[in-house]
Amino acid sequence: MSRLVNRESTKDAFLRLVGPELPGLYGLARRLIRDGADDLVQEALLQAYRGFGSLRDEGAAGRWLKAILVNVFRDELRKRSRAVVELPFEEIEDFSLYRTLIEEDPLPYSDTLHHDFLGAFGVEDVREVLLRLPQIYRTPLVLAYIDGFSTKEIARMLDVPLGTILARLHRGRKRFEREMWLYAEETRLLAGGDDR
Amino acid sequence: MTRVQRLITCSEAVSKLWDYLDHAVTPRDQERVEAHLSFCRTCCGELEFAKELRTFLGSASAEEIPSDVRTRLEGFLEEL
Repeated sequence: MSRLVNRESTKDAFLRLVGPELPGLYGLARRLIRDGADDLVQEALLQAYRGFGSLRDEGAAGRWLKAILVNVFRDELRKRSRAVVELPFEEIEDFSLYRTLIEEDPLPYSDTLHHDFLGAFGVEDVREVLLRLPQIYRTPLVLAYIDGFSTKEIARMLDVPLGTILARLHRGRKRFEREMWLYAEETRLLAGGDDR
Repeated sequence: MTRVQRLITCSEAVSKLWDYLDHAVTPRDQERVEAHLSFCRTCCGELEFAKELRTFLGSASAEEIPSDVRTRLEGFLEEL
């Protein structure tokens, strides 16, 4: 009986802790993969429940759950045995979104061109731009700049050397900037609602 | 004796701006970037834009969950 009560209280504690974190977990999953975010969250929740005893600080539950979700995501990638291929840097090294906006001047009536360019992107637009990046660049970019993990934490979570993460972040940022520009052009994002 | 510092080009400075903001550059590169920024207005603009883009990315997280997905996940949790 006491074991049953104990199990119930553990489960209650887990549910209490996890409930408020579901939106954040789901949001991260959707930034990492195009389809199947809820399956990824579900598997992460299962792993988290099994390892609930290892959580020392309830205040860190959100980051603990996200780290588990990233582990599940990483393991899924490995199962599919897709070899990670570092892509050639092409001509992206010299791309600058800041300069491109000045040169192309897509908002000629704007006094705050760069600010207004970013303001045209909604959350779903940003997600689409991220999903267009190769996974090896998207994942560290999302974890560092949206979910706030340090580069050391990301290296640990993805089980790759810190130097590799720094290089992928560098390339990922350049690709993200270029993809923002291409996406804005392709979807006529700056043309306003009527033309889209 | 003061060390003569090599001035870096705009291209070099821009390639280091995010790492500079992340405090992920060496002390020498930090000095070089700052020396470059002290006279290059264009790269100061690049720096301000990089800051804004970082802030923008940080706020680009949709922390909402559709009700059907929440219901499904809560059902899953109940069955644990």
